[in-house]
Amino acid sequence: MSERMNATTDVTDERVAQDHLAQRLVVRPEIGALIGALVVFLFFTFVTEKFFTMGGVATWLDDSATLGIMAVAVALLMIGGEFDLSAGVMTASTALVTAIFATQVGLNVWLALLLSLIFALGVGALNGWLVVRTGLPSFIVTLGTFLALQGLNLGVTRLVTNSVQVSGMRRADGYESTGFVFASTFDIGDTSFRISIIWWLGFAALAAYILVRTKFGNWIFAVGGSAPSARAVGVPVARTKILLFMTTAAAAWLVGSINILRYTTAQANEGIGLEFQYIIAAVIGGCLLTGGFGSAIGAAIGALIFGMARQGIVFANWNSDWFMLFLGIMLLGAVLVNNTFRRRAERVRR
Amino acid sequence: MSALLEVDGIGKNYGSVIALRDVSTVVNAGEVTCVLGDNGAGKSTLIKVLAGVHQHDRGRLLVNGTATRFTSPRDALDAGIATVYQDLAVVPLMSVWRNFFLGSEPTVGVGPLQRLDRKRGKQIAKEALADMGIDLRDVEQPVGTLSGGERQCVAIARAIHFGAKVLILDEPTAALGVKQSGVVLRYVAQARDRGLGIVLVTHNPHHAYPVGNRFLLLKRGASLGCMEKSEITIEELTRQMAGGAELEALEHELREVAAE
Repeated sequence: MSERMNATTDVTDERVAQDHLAQRLVVRPEIGALIGALVVFLFFTFVTEKFFTMGGVATWLDDSATLGIMAVAVALLMIGGEFDLSAGVMTASTALVTAIFATQVGLNVWLALLLSLIFALGVGALNGWLVVRTGLPSFIVTLGTFLALQGLNLGVTRLVTNSVQVSGMRRADGYESTGFVFASTFDIGDTSFRISIIWWLGFAALAAYILVRTKFGNWIFAVGGSAPSARAVGVPVARTKILLFMTTAAAAWLVGSINILRYTTAQANEGIGLEFQYIIAAVIGGCLLTGGFGSAIGAAIGALIFGMARQGIVFANWNSDWFMLFLGIMLLGAVLVNNTFRRRAERVRR
Repeated sequence: MSALLEVDGIGKNYGSVIALRDVSTVVNAGEVTCVLGDNGAGKSTLIKVLAGVHQHDRGRLLVNGTATRFTSPRDALDAGIATVYQDLAVVPLMSVWRNFFLGSEPTVGVGPLQRLDRKRGKQIAKEALADMGIDLRDVEQPVGTLSGGERQCVAIARAIHFGAKVLILDEPTAALGVKQSGVVLRYVAQARDRGLGIVLVTHNPHHAYPVGNRFLLLKRGASLGCMEKSEITIEELTRQMAGGAELEALEHELREVAAE
């Protein structure tokens, strides 16, 4: 009898004894994306010869990187219960602001980047402020900013340069050093990898850390899961949401900076439609559209699936039209899997 | 000794609508003050004033005998007044321990290195819940997996752990079955016996009477009186809640309508 008592008062409850690794994995939001990434990876590795070579890997990692940076930021925002449709066009806006300040005004690129960051944070704060202030769905508020930015990009660029692009970054002061930070390459063996891959991995790791290990991360889950409950226990809901919009805008600035320094030319009509790719990558990565659940690592993996499939189709010499079909199926599959996993997460260990 | 919380002739308007007028009651340590009334009686308005969500327009709100005016829910929390709302008590998709510490997370490290103390958090949550007699298998499970009664209890245990002196419970039994309601009421009694002052908002006199010490009856924003338990029977409480004389008048009217 006394032995039995000891067993039940043990620190680990006997009822969680059967809670094995498999069960722990199953409730993680990113597990679906991880399986998907593995399937896509193996598929193209066997179907094409180039996919799993150093050059091939560098190509699809490059494609995933800038998408991944945005997907991670958008995932944080979605976990916080909001959308940002202006995220795609923001990557062009920030590139244009940097390019105009550097080439037309003649500022040092570092200074131009700083002004562009301030601009991005301002737009992000405006998005967030409008959403929390009006209580309108962020979908409609950021659709407005999306259209406004699209118009501004074209209008201002045409006013300043009489064309729809800004070029000549190479001649600007500070191009070399900024280019080194944002757009250089590094070699592994004799293959060049883009530095944006490092930014992507670093940003994803930082976001994942903040999300699950810090107070702010706890608040992100809370404001997305149930904003009134969060408010009732003293979580600063408005500040959390505004900061998330600013994070997304800052990520768009990072991607815009990487693009402008890599291509040295900014097109005024770039970025349109990318916002949906970010959301799709985040959803594939396990984010719920309703907020309160998701993963930063998952979103990074979602972007990886995106990049692998897009480049894999090219390596296989298929028509790129098939990519959209793949994307649609992938998205539907992810939503179904997420739904099932979330129900498991809520039901498991009863 | 002054009461933990006292309202004296309190009133509140929403624009031209008088939501609450001239309501008075006290909340003592180790006692349960029940606020009863039908929908639209002003129960929610009263607790929103007490919880710092809204500010009163007339009358006085006294905390430990000192006239106070809360500017935010945080303000009320700092004064030791915690509110557990019926359906907004917890975030369902978050784990039990994360819910437990939401808004007051335990951390280690300073500055940018500050991070959640997950180990301590889980342990404290488990212990605090066990103290209330809630034995959870795993504090990592999402709160959504708990029963309605258990969810309320997590919120109650949280409020007690963070030093609440007054606990406001907004319709804690409204969405629950008979058995679950009993579970919650037992925790209410337990919190009371620990010396907390409790404000129990409900429209069910059968839930209020067994645990209550005093009953504040509200109707259309006004007080019908604040009775001690010794001054009222459960039958009388039920009759007043149901509208008493009004119900008889309605019956009479309906009979006339039928006769025509």
